[in-house]
Amino acid sequence: MTEFDPGAGQQTGQQHPDWLWRTPDPRRSYDVIIVGAGGHGLATAYYLAKNHGITNVAVLERGWLAGGNMARNTTIIRSNYLWDESAAIYEHALKLWEGLPAELDYDFLFSQRGVMNLAHSPQDVRDSKRRVHANRLNGVDSEWLTAAEAQKACPILNISPDVRYPVLGATWQPRAGIAKHDHVAWAFARRADELGVDLIQGCEVTGFLRDGDRVVGVQTSRGSIRAGSVALAAAGHSSVLAETLGLPLPIQSHPLQALVSELLEPVHPTVVMSNHVHVYVSQAHKGELVMGAGVDSYNSYGQRGSVHVIEAQMAAAVELFPIFARAHVLRTWAGIVDVSPDASPIVGRTPFKNLYINCGWGTGGFKATPAVGWVLAHTIATGDPHPLNAPFSLERFTTGALIDEHGAAAVAH
Amino acid sequence: MLLISCPWCGEREEPEFGYGGQAHIAYPADPEALDDEAWAQYLFFRANPKGPFAERWVHSAGCRRWFNAVRDTVTNEFVSISRPGELP
Repeated sequence: MTEFDPGAGQQTGQQHPDWLWRTPDPRRSYDVIIVGAGGHGLATAYYLAKNHGITNVAVLERGWLAGGNMARNTTIIRSNYLWDESAAIYEHALKLWEGLPAELDYDFLFSQRGVMNLAHSPQDVRDSKRRVHANRLNGVDSEWLTAAEAQKACPILNISPDVRYPVLGATWQPRAGIAKHDHVAWAFARRADELGVDLIQGCEVTGFLRDGDRVVGVQTSRGSIRAGSVALAAAGHSSVLAETLGLPLPIQSHPLQALVSELLEPVHPTVVMSNHVHVYVSQAHKGELVMGAGVDSYNSYGQRGSVHVIEAQMAAAVELFPIFARAHVLRTWAGIVDVSPDASPIVGRTPFKNLYINCGWGTGGFKATPAVGWVLAHTIATGDPHPLNAPFSLERFTTGALIDEHGAAAVAH
Repeated sequence: MLLISCPWCGEREEPEFGYGGQAHIAYPADPEALDDEAWAQYLFFRANPKGPFAERWVHSAGCRRWFNAVRDTVTNEFVSISRPGELP
């Protein structure tokens, strides 16, 4: 046995820096302040700097970087949404994902292992096939699989007709997959920091500085900071921030739970989701089975949910994958998700000048991370929404131009 | 899991109940007088406080009756529970 040598990594290229970004004190003013250092906030800061040359930017985070829903999601990336508006923005995200490991020079384990959405009823089959056709018209790779074909792609899937909700088939998006969420955040954070963005943790935004209907800065737990523009990327806490301005949002905050098993040998090669029996499953590179549930029914900011939701999710998982019956749960947790009435996000302007909002991603924000950064940066830099986020305005709830993605948003709403 | 005290049946576990969201939202008294903005507020905008929240529950697997509650959305503590039309 060789003794542990802390310097050994240097010979194998495994040396890590102590920190990937600086921890500056907040300055008195910035061109742009982004509230929330999750994936969306960090990606927005990165694209503000990279696409628009705006680097006098601070990202303010009340906790620690990427410690909210960015640390709690089930890491699924796909773009097989029904409507044109959704397919456009999620497919833009997927195309960005495909280039980001090289662009950010960070291998965040992006794995295009395919995502399968199961159908369990004749109506499920009709809806799923309709979505496959809609996807193909929008240039999104999408196929219909019979139950036997689904089992071929995921051999441990139970397609027996002798279960409560037999698998009748599935949609299949080969380019979809998973990525290591924490590393995605750190990759964006490192690049944004290198480009001059101040990432400020432990700095809670408690209110806004106003000049009439114009927002000119924020009040924080570390003093007031002025800003040319302010963008909110606070997910489940968006309503709390908007409330300080008297700005109502059509958002309800709910717990969304997930769990992981102990580490297992590779058994699950893809991502399998089921709207009907309410579970979605993949296996992380390290070996945990990662499973998500539907939202808890009640409003909450408590970052924990009810155990019967976990129980239902595990029952569904064991019916779909009988070999999971002997796996042990390692831990469960919840994030607070911002659910909108049409299961689509709100990204764009607000009634306040120079205040921009990004919220309402509900249970599906992780997959959109790079596209959110791209379009929110554009909106902040130009004052006008990008064509990809223009349909996702706050005004759509008044005009009635809703984008109803309750079907494709899948399990959780 | 929440333990919820139905005003008729007493304490029961959460899976017996359905959730109804914010309480005390009245149908517009004069619907034809509402413009698009007011309809949007009625249909889509609800309070989403971090703290006490007036909400509705229905005892679906019990007496099937609706009731009102005030619950803290951080601690999940029920501050009050009342029958419809009653003050808490």
